[in-house]
Amino acid sequence: MPWTTPSIKTFTPVATANEATHRQRTYREAIAEGLHDLLAKDPSVFIMGEGVDDASGVFGTTLGLVDTFGKDRIVDTPIAENGITGIAMGAAIKGMRPIFIHMRPDFLLISLDQLLNHAAKWSYMSNGQVPVPLTIRCIIGRGWGSAAQHSQSIQALLTHLPGLKVVMPATAYDAKGLLVAAVRDNNPVVIMEHRWLYDNPGYVPAELYEVPIGKALVCKKGQHLTIVATSMMVHEAMRAAEELKKANIEAEVLDMRSIKPWDKECVVTSVKKTGRLIIADTGHRYGGVAAEVAAEIAERCWDSLKAPIRRITMPECPVPAAASLEELYYPNYKDIIRTAQGLLP
Amino acid sequence: MNIDDQIALQLFQKMLLIRLFEEKVIAYYPEQEMKTPVHLCIGQEAIAAGVCAHLQPTDTIFSTHRNHGHCLAKGLDIKKLLAEFYGKKTGCSGGRGGSMHPADPTCGILGTSAIVGGGIPLAVGAAWASSMQGKNEVSVAFFGDGASEEGTFHESLNFAALKNIPVIFVCENNSYATASPFASRQPLTVSIADKANGYGMPGVRIDGNDVLEVYRVAGEAMTRARQGQGPTLIEAETFRWMAHVGPVDDTKTGHRPAPELAAWRNKCPVQRLQQLLLNKGIINSNQEEKLRHEIDTDLEAAISYAKQAAAPTKEDLLNHVYAD
Ligand SMILES: Cc1ncc(C[n+]2csc(CCOP(=O)(O)OP(=O)(O)O)c2C)c(N)n1
Ligand SMILES: [Mg+2]
Repeated sequence: MPWTTPSIKTFTPVATANEATHRQRTYREAIAEGLHDLLAKDPSVFIMGEGVDDASGVFGTTLGLVDTFGKDRIVDTPIAENGITGIAMGAAIKGMRPIFIHMRPDFLLISLDQLLNHAAKWSYMSNGQVPVPLTIRCIIGRGWGSAAQHSQSIQALLTHLPGLKVVMPATAYDAKGLLVAAVRDNNPVVIMEHRWLYDNPGYVPAELYEVPIGKALVCKKGQHLTIVATSMMVHEAMRAAEELKKANIEAEVLDMRSIKPWDKECVVTSVKKTGRLIIADTGHRYGGVAAEVAAEIAERCWDSLKAPIRRITMPECPVPAAASLEELYYPNYKDIIRTAQGLLP
Repeated sequence: MNIDDQIALQLFQKMLLIRLFEEKVIAYYPEQEMKTPVHLCIGQEAIAAGVCAHLQPTDTIFSTHRNHGHCLAKGLDIKKLLAEFYGKKTGCSGGRGGSMHPADPTCGILGTSAIVGGGIPLAVGAAWASSMQGKNEVSVAFFGDGASEEGTFHESLNFAALKNIPVIFVCENNSYATASPFASRQPLTVSIADKANGYGMPGVRIDGNDVLEVYRVAGEAMTRARQGQGPTLIEAETFRWMAHVGPVDDTKTGHRPAPELAAWRNKCPVQRLQQLLLNKGIINSNQEEKLRHEIDTDLEAAISYAKQAAAPTKEDLLNHVYAD
């Protein structure tokens, strides 16, 4: 059915596109494999969420896990996000490593009390005595009239208060590596996946490897401007960079990967080299991730900047349903190209 | 025709409209022009029809992602609703809501949330406002069995009972939340209706596929509410025939067992009332055919209207984020 088969041209890092030398898996498969291996290796890991054991298996990422690990570790839950978050946290502070899954970040908003008043503060409030090794997965939706309550990108909202970690994998490699890192982390970590990346293939090693939380990735090197992007926007940025290259403009593209903590040094180093910065985020502009990056870079790279910092974000309105409005709503590589051209002499 | 027969006929007309509306959506959906996730209510029509038959336009309802039946039963124009599905400017929400978020205050639909449990407290607040304003209006919260697990359900029941608010909680228990069966979400030792007692209001469990029973029990709840006797919780047992979302048979995709669906299809609420009307001679089969034909003609006209209506444009994108 159309609403379940979104498609987008995605990039596969050229150096790792070879099946012979670099094992290929989709973003979805990478998550499924990561979950499976984490469960197999660590008896304290378990999964909970609405429909985690059903025939859709959270867009295919938990399919079959209940057959292998049973209903005690793959736990279908009532629809009670706030309570379940607290219950998962309770298990986490007593020695388990729960992974709580929301089909959409929008539903996670119900659990902000347990997440922000409790999970995010527990370590600090207890003077470090009670850590919260809780992993939360959610999948950003988009398109087919998903509309205002099924396509929100709430990363900025989650990062304002100290204590939560937030990551946004843009590739299959990171989808698995950040999941493993999140589950092994002793802090509450929210993983924001993107539904439109699920079919995107890439290099995924077979073993349980970690992508360190807090480290960005240089996807493409360049000297004329820096584009820092998150999630889906990494793919738009790469496409923009390819087009810009044809006009002899070399953009350096950074995948932020981790929203909090974020890799300030990586961005600072790049901007000191290029002197120009565009930030492309899947979230909103006001108080957003792009605003945070812009502020930090303005403070630290003032002398290197040759042009104003630019932000590419969702517009300041909720997500509309109509296809005609969706089309206008989401920025894409063309917006990045246009913005880049405006920054260069 | 006596009054009971007239009511039965009206209920049939509403249920048939809902059924044929949903079937029309199924027929046109494969064209991929209705770009909106549709949560069809086929099999559950009796609840919407039986409850809303008691409501005036000034009474309000708050529905869910599965709202088509409630909206039609409350009197939302089929053209406006279909134009909304097609993402058009003349849709009931200007095309920005789609199938999940219809709104039409002129018939008492003050917006629709697709967050599970999201509409329940809104119904309480709206009903409370009516009583603060000294109006004899009621509000209905429609929601699924899954929603009765959310905090908002429990918090709303408590408050409604505390303040004696004229609200009717109508839980459509179709045994599933997406593909998750009731038994993996709630203990089988208590029903949803049982919970009402604990919050201090009557809870009634009824056959949600028997529209006359729905009509009768909803009527009693309305009377209580309008006479200042406070809220009621109705748990209506029913079953949805289609997949959670989309015009799909989800027993074929392994989401629910086929025999369960087959058993419920035999308990079709529309068929049941139709048989009764025919048996009692309230309508004959010619009249029934004619009614179907009329509804179909209206629906076809509404589809054509929705398809050719203008889509919202750039000028529309940023307006109404804030009220004027
Ligand atoms: C807060 C929240 N959590 C999860 C979802 C995803 N979701 C949409 S409908 C649904 C099931 C709802 O079940 P029920 O309340 O029984 O209504 P039904 O679909 O059976 O009519 C779920 C889990 C959501 N929309 N909102
Ligand atoms: Mg249900």
